[in-house]
Amino acid sequence: MTEKFPGYKGEALRALKEAGAGIGDKIRVMKDEEIYQGVLIPRSEFGDDRHLVLKLNTGYNVGILVTKDTKIERIGVGAKPAFSTPPLPKQKENLPRVAILSTGGTIASRVDYRTGGVRPALTANDLYSVVPELSEIAFLDARILFSVFSENITVEHWSEAAKSIAKFVKNGVAGVVVAHGTDTMGYTAAALSFALQNLPVPVILVGSQRSADRPSSDAATNLIGAVKAAASAPFAEVAIAMHETVSDDSIIFHRGVKARKCHTSRRDAFKSINVPPLARLKDGKIRMLTRDYQKRDSEKEVIVEPRFNEEVTLIKFHPGMGPVIDWHVENGYKGIILEGTGLGHVSNRYFSAIRKAITKKIIVGITSQCIWGRVNMNVYDTGRDLLEIGVIPLKDMLPETALVKMMWVLGQTKDFTEARKLLSKNIANEFSERTVFGD
Amino acid sequence: MVAADYEKLGLKVGLEVHQQLNTKTKLFCDCRTELFKERPEITFLRRLRPTQSELGQIDPVALFEFQKGVKILYDGNKETSCLVEMDEEPPHDLNREALETALIISLMLGANPLDEIHVMRKTVIDGSNTTGFQRTCCVAFNGGIDIKEKVVPIQHIGLEEDAARKMGAEGDTLRYRIDRLCIPLVEVATSPVIYTPKEAEEVALAIGRILRATGRVKRGLGTIRQDLNISITDGALVEIKGVQELELVSLVVENEVQRQLNLLKIKEELAKRGAKKDEIKDEFVDVTSVFRKTKCKIIHSAVEEGKHVLAVRLPRFGGLLKKELMPNVRLGTEMADRAGHWGRVGGIFHTDELPAYGITVEEIKTLMQTMNAKQDDTVVLAADIFENVVDALKAVNGRAMEALKGIPNETRAAKPDGSTRYSRPRPGATRMYPETDVPPTEIPRPYVERLNKYLPELPEQKMQRFIRDYGLNEKLSKQVLNSEFTQLFEETIERSNISPTIVAVTLTETLKALNRESVEVKNVSDKQFLELFHLVGLGHVVKEAIPDIIAWLSRHKNVKTIEAIEALSLSMLSQKELENIVDSLIEENRKLLLENEKRAFGVIMGLTMKKVRGKAEAGVVSEIVNRRLTLFKKKS
Repeated sequence: MTEKFPGYKGEALRALKEAGAGIGDKIRVMKDEEIYQGVLIPRSEFGDDRHLVLKLNTGYNVGILVTKDTKIERIGVGAKPAFSTPPLPKQKENLPRVAILSTGGTIASRVDYRTGGVRPALTANDLYSVVPELSEIAFLDARILFSVFSENITVEHWSEAAKSIAKFVKNGVAGVVVAHGTDTMGYTAAALSFALQNLPVPVILVGSQRSADRPSSDAATNLIGAVKAAASAPFAEVAIAMHETVSDDSIIFHRGVKARKCHTSRRDAFKSINVPPLARLKDGKIRMLTRDYQKRDSEKEVIVEPRFNEEVTLIKFHPGMGPVIDWHVENGYKGIILEGTGLGHVSNRYFSAIRKAITKKIIVGITSQCIWGRVNMNVYDTGRDLLEIGVIPLKDMLPETALVKMMWVLGQTKDFTEARKLLSKNIANEFSERTVFGD
Repeated sequence: MVAADYEKLGLKVGLEVHQQLNTKTKLFCDCRTELFKERPEITFLRRLRPTQSELGQIDPVALFEFQKGVKILYDGNKETSCLVEMDEEPPHDLNREALETALIISLMLGANPLDEIHVMRKTVIDGSNTTGFQRTCCVAFNGGIDIKEKVVPIQHIGLEEDAARKMGAEGDTLRYRIDRLCIPLVEVATSPVIYTPKEAEEVALAIGRILRATGRVKRGLGTIRQDLNISITDGALVEIKGVQELELVSLVVENEVQRQLNLLKIKEELAKRGAKKDEIKDEFVDVTSVFRKTKCKIIHSAVEEGKHVLAVRLPRFGGLLKKELMPNVRLGTEMADRAGHWGRVGGIFHTDELPAYGITVEEIKTLMQTMNAKQDDTVVLAADIFENVVDALKAVNGRAMEALKGIPNETRAAKPDGSTRYSRPRPGATRMYPETDVPPTEIPRPYVERLNKYLPELPEQKMQRFIRDYGLNEKLSKQVLNSEFTQLFEETIERSNISPTIVAVTLTETLKALNRESVEVKNVSDKQFLELFHLVGLGHVVKEAIPDIIAWLSRHKNVKTIEAIEALSLSMLSQKELENIVDSLIEENRKLLLENEKRAFGVIMGLTMKKVRGKAEAGVVSEIVNRRLTLFKKKS
């Protein structure tokens, strides 16, 4: 595979080079009795090495097997994509200023129907032209923070994002929107919730479950909702903005530490776990769904604590589990979150490993793999034993949030006792004292 | 209408036939390929946003719809739709059964299958696809269809997903049902080298025969749809979508040619009158006050509701709006279609058709004065909320300007009577980009060769076999092949001991006759037909009763054929029952029979048949009457 011929290799690449034909060129392929004429387009990296892909006049792509008898002729130079943006809506200076930071998820994009390529829209101008409604809501400042798939996000990215957001907040924006891939958006939201405290304005993470190139994408609606919340929502917390249902008529705001991606593909994949969501946008209005929230207040000054420690792991206990705890202890990990069964249990086979870890001043906390509900270590012997060993019960905190919190805690202090205390302290409403009945 | 000289007119027709496949599952998921009639179990609301192309251009129609805030409500049930149709889950792999059928059809049409199939997304933003695009792929190129006089080239054979069914529209909300979405469709497209309406119909029939010869396609209303591209030398290329019956194809072509010729005449007339583009102005006058006391019900209730009546003057258009373009369609109709589409008004009024609808001569006079209209002008008006009427009258003006130029390039929708109506401007270059969620599918040569070796019998061969093996005459054999019942016919002959001719006549002529009598023949399922023929074959019911049984079945859903026979009391009488009936009739007419022995048979036979028609064969009855009369004579 070469840069000039993306996706092409082997026999197909050799034939193309021989014909002097490149991507975007008009070519004619003769084979058996058929003549195919069209534009040579890139091949998927996972395609085999024997087919060419042509885009015909009709717009269809076809794959042609290259054989000994295949003749390829270059009949025209490929036209370069002509980028032109439609007239932009006027930026309105009097609207609230909102910063949009992109991390790599494609929140908006354009399609090149000539080559079939999809091109992300990242700058403020791009966003305005693709989602013109934004110009009626806020005066945007768009920045590219980094360009990574969300599964490739690390703690360094969290730190960097926290610092950039803080800078915008200190400069007095009405709110910040972070465009993020949905896979790890819950983790990032939790990380920012701990790293950015005493926020005067909201920080809204937003993603989409259907790619932005399609007319049915949820990206634009989610983005509009996010910008609206950043510009004018009454809360000043880190939240996730996504579809509330499979319909396009309401956007729901989940508290960053309480949200989890619960579906692989649905638009309403994110759910608030163990608490009602923060707020809802419907019919153009944002309504709070809880009384217990941090209010927007420009007098407040953001506190940034952007350090995280990666020497932390999340272990999901399961029947027949191997010596995973020992391995982490031996390899110098400083914190372990257990995702136990039911009310917060692991098999007594691992008691000695856990005891060893705690003796070595490794912090061990426990959550439940049930996802919904809170742990309670007093009901069964196993729970009482784990408490006695020194495992910290983490109430109704999500396992993923607990993991992020442990990373953050160990970024703040190296002291065993202080870290244990900090882990149990409610920092960003990651614990709720009451579990209210919900659907 | 005088038959046109199509050659002289330079008529060119291209045909696209879309046929639903009878696969077990849908094209990109494992849902059943069926429609539902019950109440929906799932309803969700969406908006489709026009995607910008790299060139920064947005389809103007799509943009208009979006800006109008069009919402779409989708209904579905769990049996026929899953998250894929809801656009809540990526598509699964391309259905191999559907692909194989498309390949078989391609080979039967002598086309060359592609080496590798790439699924594309074709942007469709009217709501008929939850995704905003239709998934479609090219399967083969360059075949041909033989229609005796010539071979018509087949440009392309494609495989695509069917769209959702539009169930209605209310205000700015469209309603679609997603059961039909994603049912596999094979598309067969000819080159535009069809030169007469009759030829178009022959090609459509010939393609239909090939499709059905695979034995893998659906039957019934809406399972096959034709699109036509029609042009004449001085006219325009007009696309007509959704002709549902093959029999309508030639009529649709004839009508379109007439429409284009009449539009050309209107253009000439306008030129003669000196009509000019810049005389048509978007100057709309509020004439609500003219109609304060109107007797016109529509305008009256609009004014009552506080809506506006706006009018526009079309200079030198006087009398032209009522000119008929094709049966039931006038230039005024075309303007009304546009107004309804762009302004969502229920209709328009124009002075060419007034006074009528309760609008008086006096009102027209005031209207013409208010509008400064001259004798040869036409005034068009509509009543609705202000914004809608403005859009509607703008669309009327747009259509009027096109009348100056001749024939607009547009997409029209076919109606069941063979006429057409405006549906939208012709889309620009097809907007397609790859469906990256479905990997390309290789079609290995050996697989194609194997398919080619075991192709289903071609329609011509089938016809010869029907004549040879089943004793059908040529006409009947052809009728069966042109009907959608070829497969059912063969299945019946295989399973039942019944005369093939009876089955063939029933499935063609009888059904046609019943259809004419407004019997909803399409309600009768294959299973019911099979049961019916089986029972006739067993002698349980006579063939004469077939039409009555079918009519009864069409009115009763989910029943067995035997229930129809019972309900209609059509069961065959036993020998003993017949003898009893004959004996009692002889007894009742004793005196008469003794007086007139010669007429005895005729009288008793007639009376008996009157009583047992549909429940006994005439031959059997005659034998019994003879036998019992002889006995009676002996006794007496």
